[in-house]
Amino acid sequence: MLKLEVNERIYNFDLEDTHSPLLWVLRDQLGLVGTKFGCGMGQCGACTVHLNGAPVRSCSLPTSAAVGQAITTIEGLSREGQLHPLQQAWVELDVPQCGYCQAGQLMSAAFLLSNTPSPTDEDIDNAMVGNLCRCGTYKRIRKAIHQAADTISKEGQ
Amino acid sequence: MRKNPYWSDSIDRMQSAAIDGEDFALPEFSEPRIYSRRTFMKLTGLAASGLVLGFARTDAANSATSEANSFPLAYIQISRDGKIILYAKDPEIGQGIKTALPMIIAEELDADWQSVEVVEAPTNKTLYGRQSAGGSRSVRRNWNELRHVGALARTMLTQVAANNWQVNINECTTHKSVVTHSLSGRQFTYAELAEDAAKLSIPEKSSIKLKSTSQYQLLGSRKSGVDNLQLVTGKPMFGIDQKIPGMLYAVYEKCPARGGRVKSANLEDIRTMPGVTDVIVMPGRDNPFGPLPGVVIVAKSTWQALAAKRKLSVQWDETDAAKDSWSSAVAQAQKLAHTPGKQTIAEQGNVDKPLSEDTRVDAFYHYAFVAHAQMEPENCTAWFKGDSIELWVPTQTPQWGRETVAELLSLDTAKVFVNQVRAGGAFGRRLFNDYMLEAAAISKRIAAPVQLVWTREDSMNQDYCRLGGFHQLSGSVDKEGKLSAWQNHFITFTHDGKKPPRAGGLKENEFPHPMINNLKLTQTMLPWDTPSGLWRAPSSNVLAFVIQSFIHELAVAAKRDHLDFLLELLGRPRWLEPGNPEILHTGRAIKVIKEVTEKAGWGKPLPKGHGLGLAFHFSHAGHVAEVAHVSVTEDKVLTVHRVTVVADVGPVINLSGAENQCEGSVVDGLSTMLGLEATFEAGRIAQTNFHQYPILRLPHTPEIDVHFIDSDYPPSGLGEPALPPLAPAVGNAIFAATGERVRTLPISKEGFRV
Ligand code: FES
Ligand code: FES
Repeated sequence: MLKLEVNERIYNFDLEDTHSPLLWVLRDQLGLVGTKFGCGMGQCGACTVHLNGAPVRSCSLPTSAAVGQAITTIEGLSREGQLHPLQQAWVELDVPQCGYCQAGQLMSAAFLLSNTPSPTDEDIDNAMVGNLCRCGTYKRIRKAIHQAADTISKEGQ
Repeated sequence: MRKNPYWSDSIDRMQSAAIDGEDFALPEFSEPRIYSRRTFMKLTGLAASGLVLGFARTDAANSATSEANSFPLAYIQISRDGKIILYAKDPEIGQGIKTALPMIIAEELDADWQSVEVVEAPTNKTLYGRQSAGGSRSVRRNWNELRHVGALARTMLTQVAANNWQVNINECTTHKSVVTHSLSGRQFTYAELAEDAAKLSIPEKSSIKLKSTSQYQLLGSRKSGVDNLQLVTGKPMFGIDQKIPGMLYAVYEKCPARGGRVKSANLEDIRTMPGVTDVIVMPGRDNPFGPLPGVVIVAKSTWQALAAKRKLSVQWDETDAAKDSWSSAVAQAQKLAHTPGKQTIAEQGNVDKPLSEDTRVDAFYHYAFVAHAQMEPENCTAWFKGDSIELWVPTQTPQWGRETVAELLSLDTAKVFVNQVRAGGAFGRRLFNDYMLEAAAISKRIAAPVQLVWTREDSMNQDYCRLGGFHQLSGSVDKEGKLSAWQNHFITFTHDGKKPPRAGGLKENEFPHPMINNLKLTQTMLPWDTPSGLWRAPSSNVLAFVIQSFIHELAVAAKRDHLDFLLELLGRPRWLEPGNPEILHTGRAIKVIKEVTEKAGWGKPLPKGHGLGLAFHFSHAGHVAEVAHVSVTEDKVLTVHRVTVVADVGPVINLSGAENQCEGSVVDGLSTMLGLEATFEAGRIAQTNFHQYPILRLPHTPEIDVHFIDSDYPPSGLGEPALPPLAPAVGNAIFAATGERVRTLPISKEGFRV
């Protein structure tokens, strides 16, 4: 029996192979399919989730390494029905094209804002360089991160 | 001798089936087919209460057993509770069509967009006609029909209100799902009217009034994609997200060189791996579309299937497999370049005299193969149920997929149910449904629902890449600085030894060919066995680079400003074939070129090492011009600062979506020209995953300005036409900045990097 804490909820389940990357356990076992498979080798960032608040590539993280840690996925980014300011900005600015990369983009961006509430363009470059968007929505991603940062700073006042 | 003769014809058939279709034979500006080949159908009292409007072909509507009756969805459902459901008929692949098409209906319907729910339509030719995503054609193909659907429903709802108030329908107006009697101010909501509207008979065509462009309130505005909320909260939207109770997971190993067959494999080792339920050797069939020969592993989870695949070791019989080599193709092409070319495509006047007497420029351009690399790998969920099958598949061609699955499993097409799901990118890859056939075959074989997922490595080595190609160009400019001759020996590829595949040809009517008095176009084909495919803006995505760069080379040789030279070439404003949206309109071209140079500050002084580059291309009915502002350092580090885009695609449907497509096309164009290539040796692609296929990342994204010309030509699509001008605009800008001409794609081959 394996115990994982995902989005502040405890999941108990059987897992034959604890080396299974967290990505597939989230998707197949727990039904949390928001986290995406893109490359399986840490290159694209589509599978980004937070482990204790920091972004990890779940395609390359053995599930055993996540036991006992707080995992957050895209499904847990909004709290109590309240969209994260990033999610709000993503919708307002119509960021997605196909949308497949966007869960990973949002998780990387959420970590950035949690550490750097008013990021510069350079901060955004550094935080987002690991997330591919084949559709090329980067311009809007940058803009949406700035917009969400503004929202957060206004809310904080 | 062809090693693999069966590839050829099937590839042609595939490509034609994917892109062509009955609709494209019809003139684009014809009357909507509603009142001719089809008839309106009202469906009431079936799935929903209220008004349900759709079309069906006459015969189908009359047949009790027709599919039309089993899918009473059609386009619009207005129910008593006020909910308005609009069905999006064509596949959503990231081009925004699931938002754009319902917006067209909603505009004419005067529906309150805030309360509209958009639902993906099932795959059903009877109800929806052609359903596909390809050739930037969805908006063009559906424009007339969907406007009429909306207007017709609006008219019927208004009529019910007018009847109720016993007033003339002309005294009634509609706005945000409400009918108002202007004189008395009385109002009914659509919800209140829907049921009675369903009882009306279909009004005469003459009583339906379409809005004029100036009356549009919704069209042309910025709307966020209808799926965005679900996307940003991680809801199951994509093919790979589908779950069916009892579903198993499959992976499929195929020979990395197309056409290879399974000789032997360590099947017994694999069978005993954790979770593995089936290991199947698929014989495949002699069809490049699949299923191909290979080994299928079915397991209880994706990971167990993937882990087993890693341990799988297959010996391939490559007797019939492709042996293609990119390096030897390059060597051959270089040798052939200065020969006259085996076939003549077009000849006008005489190129020899001006080429020998005037100022002459010779240039050898070449571009690599590229892969699609859409973010969501190929996948399909299939559930074979004995005498029928249901599939969930991200595809650009659901109807064609449906027919081929029916053929593969010897089922009646009516027994194949294809659910459209959002596709995580496509770019032409999903015109082909090989993975759909694979999943169908596996589900039938194991008699269980199954989800087939390809790895990124599968996606790369089983792609239908865009062809590479080579152009030996010669041109001249006379004493007045006018273009006096243009000669192009195009070295391309062939799968059948007879002709290049669909996107591998050179057209006589491609700009500027029709404008040139002394023109010679020839072609030589190299054999290529690995099946190729269609990649965003097929053929245009490479020809624009070659042609628009060479025009600039000639302008430079003539010591003329590129802008003037290009405008002179276009000549006076005219539609080269009036009424044919596939054909260039020089007036529209001139307008986008002038506007883009104005917006980008053409001719303004720039710091050393900076340059502006201009390019125009007409493709997929869109006229698009772009100016790139770049700077290049001594050691060839390229920065693209800004790209300005001006497009004329007729009235814009969703401004936000349209801008997004242009922005994405710029990024895609830049990404591809900078460093993307698919190279082949021994029939195998060398690039296996993103570490060898460096798609552009966020830090290197330029500023992108997008503008649209307000024109009243019928609207056309934007998934493709903004991509082709990017590479030549950047190439020309590099020349302006450095004096160095780039003639190879990707330009990393010439030492440039970001
Ligand atoms: S799937 Fe994990 S980084 Fe690409
Ligand atoms: S939106 Fe398609 S990959 Fe990013």
